[in-house]
Amino acid sequence: MKEKELCRTMLFCPATNPKLYLDAPTFEPDSIIFDLEDAVKYDEKDSARELLAEALKFLEFGKVEIYARINPLYTEFGEIDVRRLVPAGLRKMRLPMCESKEQVIELSKLLEEVEKENGIEVGSCKIQASLETPLGVKNAYEIAKASERIISISFGAEDYTRLLGVDRTKDGSELFFARTQIANVASIAGINAIDTVWADFNDVEGFKKEAKFGKQLGFAGKSCIHPSQIEVVHKVFTPTDEEIEKSIIILDAVKKAGIEKGGVIKVNGKMVDIPVIEKARRIVTLAKGAGKI
Amino acid sequence: MEILRPSIVGSVESNDILIQIEKGNGIKINLESSVKKQYGEDIEKVIIDTLKELNVKNAQITATDKGALDFTIVARMKTVIKRATKKGDVA
Repeated sequence: MKEKELCRTMLFCPATNPKLYLDAPTFEPDSIIFDLEDAVKYDEKDSARELLAEALKFLEFGKVEIYARINPLYTEFGEIDVRRLVPAGLRKMRLPMCESKEQVIELSKLLEEVEKENGIEVGSCKIQASLETPLGVKNAYEIAKASERIISISFGAEDYTRLLGVDRTKDGSELFFARTQIANVASIAGINAIDTVWADFNDVEGFKKEAKFGKQLGFAGKSCIHPSQIEVVHKVFTPTDEEIEKSIIILDAVKKAGIEKGGVIKVNGKMVDIPVIEKARRIVTLAKGAGKI
Repeated sequence: MEILRPSIVGSVESNDILIQIEKGNGIKINLESSVKKQYGEDIEKVIIDTLKELNVKNAQITATDKGALDFTIVARMKTVIKRATKKGDVA
């Protein structure tokens, strides 16, 4: 089983803007995703890539995980992104518009080549596959299992609804199938599922509702497009004090009873068995990651 | 590396630097910065070091700095040099 990283928030930043490299970490997202793809004009792809490369070499981002959304490998920029950024220090990247295991394998092979050329341990570079099309959603399982480098899959609703030929609504009913499919597949593969962005950052209530529903479906976090969204998502995806306290009591009782690997006990009048123990462990892990314990 | 054409990169947004490069005899730098008095020499050193790293011996640089940190100056310099020295047509 792969170790899942704390990834409640992924804050999108265009890789073109130097100020954002300094400002974005101060909002303390779990991760920042510097965008080389859609947010960057065709004739500025080179300057964005170079800025990110130098930022990776010069700056310290502390606990914040750094991702790049690279350009797809079928474009003229994808391979150059990888060849320039991995030697500069990039270790995590989102592969956009991923539709098949072959695309993951192609990136994985390129990463292996670049790792070997630069004396980087093979396998160090990790991939988050972004599923943004009906075909990508359909092939989610083969994508998630295509490489050991896959640490998460994310959902992109804008292209998905465009290709489906439907409008994206605030209640999100048109996304239900894709979101449940992605969360379910991530669970089978033992990796994180990251939910889609919410474009209307003035609609805080709508955003909160969508984030809560994403958590309920099994997502580990959500992509964000504005710093104001970070606190909202962290609140949704961080266990409450009550949940943490209850989980600690359960785990203490389990330890005392010696049933970590199987068996049943009663804690505060409720049955505790393996599924309950696992949930308690997950809550404690999340709470630790979020700095609440 | 030889400068083949004038090129430009960056912006005058906060924390950025706008850099133009063109053919020249030796290295000549024209720097405009609100912090030139304090950091002008440092900025010019980063520019010169990057030119040396990429083996550019003849170039005229015009830079308008808006509080760029070293990583931005290096990145902008590397990009502008690549654009100016790229062989073939440049869109």
